[in-house]
Amino acid sequence: MNEIFGGYLPMILKGMIITIEVALLSLVLSLFLGILAASARLYGGAISRIIATSYTTIIRGIPDLVLMMLIFFGGQILINNIGDKFGSDYIDIDPMIAGIITIGFIFGAYMGETFRGAIMAVNKGQIEAGHAYGMTGLQVFIHITFPAMIRHAIPGFFNNWLVLVKTTALVSVIGLEDMVYSAKVAGDTLRQPFTFYVLVGFLFLLITAVSDLAMRWFERKYNVGDH
Amino acid sequence: MDFSIIIDNLPLLFKGLGLTLQLLAISLVIGFILSIPLSIMAASINPWLRIPVKTFIYIFRGTPLLIQIFIIYYGFSQFDWLRESIFWVIFKQAYWCAVIAFSLNTAAYTAEIFRGAILQTQKGEIEAAEACGMSRFDQYRHIILPSALRRSIPMYGNEVIFMLHATVLAGVITLVDLFGAAKIINSRHYAPFESFISAGLFYLVITFTIVFIFKLAENHFLKHLKR
Repeated sequence: MNEIFGGYLPMILKGMIITIEVALLSLVLSLFLGILAASARLYGGAISRIIATSYTTIIRGIPDLVLMMLIFFGGQILINNIGDKFGSDYIDIDPMIAGIITIGFIFGAYMGETFRGAIMAVNKGQIEAGHAYGMTGLQVFIHITFPAMIRHAIPGFFNNWLVLVKTTALVSVIGLEDMVYSAKVAGDTLRQPFTFYVLVGFLFLLITAVSDLAMRWFERKYNVGDH
Repeated sequence: MDFSIIIDNLPLLFKGLGLTLQLLAISLVIGFILSIPLSIMAASINPWLRIPVKTFIYIFRGTPLLIQIFIIYYGFSQFDWLRESIFWVIFKQAYWCAVIAFSLNTAAYTAEIFRGAILQTQKGEIEAAEACGMSRFDQYRHIILPSALRRSIPMYGNEVIFMLHATVLAGVITLVDLFGAAKIINSRHYAPFESFISAGLFYLVITFTIVFIFKLAENHFLKHLKR
């Protein structure tokens, strides 16, 4: 195998690990933001609802790469302005952190919509029953609404995840050495850009295929109670 | 923040806006034209028609658009026979590579939308058409496609917005679209906030316009489905 790709296969696989790391960490951030956004829109007061609604609108209206550039270059200036006041040295923003923050922030909005729909699909009677038992609002959410909504959230969740994985390719544009970046380096050095980009395309398809299997498994597990 | 930079660079931004809209329009038209036969083939019961098209759709939906553009723009230069052929006039230009990648990508996504809508056509409509003695071609032309395309309008609206946001990748392969213009302003003046926020606002306005147009289209074409 090593011979076929001119000894660059380990580098591509290392890039693949970075791609998966970025994807998983952004996913964690997006889940956190998504739950916040969904709760704000469903249970919040007027102000939190306005914030949550403008968050989803802005994210859906502005291309991901523009947001990433804004956070990468803008964050650099912001952090150093703050750093100057405390007399610290020049700080470089890590493209990995910029990438994770941007992608997590973007998909938080989509996860928020998925969770909102899923929460609204939960049987009202179950929630009322919880209240009738004297549970507090938070208890109802943790013990009833949240576990019951997972089933409804699975298809949307996996759809967001698949789009998220593909979006991680953009971190190569801000210089993170993910699998697209590694393919560029390897392809340029060996003058075989086609070979390496196609290889990376296949690796993305591989991640998609594995995710599909995981989704089937989750759907079977969480639809047990459904008849 | 110093927005006089933006005012000085407005002509550049508007030129970029022009290219963004042009790329979007051309790709959408080509993608739409391709997607109709593709969706009919993908909905066919004949595996010789269905499997190749479904593979095409799977590959283009499963890999990042960035990779697709890189394969076409950088990757194809690997082949000497292509560089020596007449097609090289097209493939050596970033503009045409972007158009090809965007068109094929949106054709795949759109075909998948239309395929779903075609398969959801009510049996009764097709049976009525058969009872009237319509040929398969007439059924598609007068019954199935008009009804399926109408029902696809909301999903297709999302695809158009997705494509608008995807055109930023033209800016990655050296073209000066709206995003490319913002990148130039940022590198000339080191003004990430001014440049990317302005570009973001442009994209927001176009997104809202597209949403508005599709709302009008839905009201007009989907009146019969409203309750």
